[in-house]
Amino acid sequence: MVESVQYIAPSAISGATPGIAVAALSCDRGGRRVFSGIEVTLSPGDALVLRGPNGSGKSSLLRVLGGYIRPAEGVLRWNGEDVWDDIGQYQACVHYVGHLDGVKPVLTVRENLTMWSALMGDAMDPDDALKHFGLGNLADLPAKYLSAGQRRRLNLARLGASQRPLWLLDEPSVSLDATSVTQLEELVASHRRTGGIVIVATHNDLQIDHATEIDMGEIDMGTLGDAT
Amino acid sequence: MMAFWQIVRRDLLLARRQGASSLLGVAFFVIVVSLFPFAVGPDAIILASIGAGIIWVAALLATLLSLDRLFQADFEDGSLDILVLTRQPIAMLVLAKTLAHWLTTALPLIIASPLLAMFMALPVDVFATLVISLAVGTPALSLIGAVGAALTVGMRRGGVLMSLLVLPLYIPVLIFGVGAMGAAMMGQDASSALMLLGAISLFALVLAPIGAAAALRLALE
Repeated sequence: MVESVQYIAPSAISGATPGIAVAALSCDRGGRRVFSGIEVTLSPGDALVLRGPNGSGKSSLLRVLGGYIRPAEGVLRWNGEDVWDDIGQYQACVHYVGHLDGVKPVLTVRENLTMWSALMGDAMDPDDALKHFGLGNLADLPAKYLSAGQRRRLNLARLGASQRPLWLLDEPSVSLDATSVTQLEELVASHRRTGGIVIVATHNDLQIDHATEIDMGEIDMGTLGDAT
Repeated sequence: MMAFWQIVRRDLLLARRQGASSLLGVAFFVIVVSLFPFAVGPDAIILASIGAGIIWVAALLATLLSLDRLFQADFEDGSLDILVLTRQPIAMLVLAKTLAHWLTTALPLIIASPLLAMFMALPVDVFATLVISLAVGTPALSLIGAVGAALTVGMRRGGVLMSLLVLPLYIPVLIFGVGAMGAAMMGQDASSALMLLGAISLFALVLAPIGAAAALRLALE
């Protein structure tokens, strides 16, 4: 679906390192250190899988990476530049799929998607994106009649409906059936083939090839060890 | 700028589909004002002397009633997370949502206000001043309210706290709105009060989106 378009990061042309780089990243929530010392560099086409038990900081890390939470320490760089120098410009490169689906029940399935793609920019054919997740024949149905899995698929269809280089997916396969999980894996793979970067938090065995892995559970333990 | 109008369109479409919610505000406005002739009796002189104040206070409360949904609905269903990723400053997002809110809640109040002026036995020649003062003053109500709504988004029972935050800030609008009416009732020139009312709206137009944007960023942490 997105094979034909090659994404070129603006600063790739000017020579800066394209991709996302985090150094010594740490995050506090409610006065408690959730994680610290995260170091990772991802170039176009790379993927990062975050694993770890509940409460180990996967979602917090994704929200830091999405520019929602300012890190307590450390730097987050996008194409070589500190994202907090211009957070708006960075966030315009990001697709974020969180626990909530952001689906408006009073709009139809297609209206939900076209609304998002119009707002996000670089819109692609919404019907293509819906078909990819098997929602093609539900396009004109009000979204209030969707099941949890279908709502999740509609949310994920956003990824295919407007083009953005960095995808942050927080447990994207929750409430998806086996077919939809495969379709999600295909979408992730094709995004990476065109130079996109994917960071995904998951407990399930979402099949993502050649991905860097961070086990957040271990990081948490390490920090506790350091602190004592 | 494209994204700005897209958000206005989106919110207007959502308001139209949800139907009732924007009509509730104007229904509340009409009912509250129409209680007063029953409460204080049908004496036209008393009604006319308190009419402008009653209409303005009711407009304030009707605006407040609708404000807690301004960001709350998008916050609760996760849309706000995605909205901040659109290609525009959050202050513009706030401005777009506030404009849509004004169009769906304040505009119906302004349209309904001559009817209420009749309930309150106001002289016909001040109807124009009432409509103008509401048109100039209600943008300030929506904008100041947006800051309150952004500060309390994500809080349980945030609506009550928002009233406490926002109502004191509405006092200058109330003073100049009723002041313009008072001048018009006495046959004087209402333009100085209207201009001060406009100044408050312009002041809020500049500062409120910035304040609300900062509050929304905190809410999304």
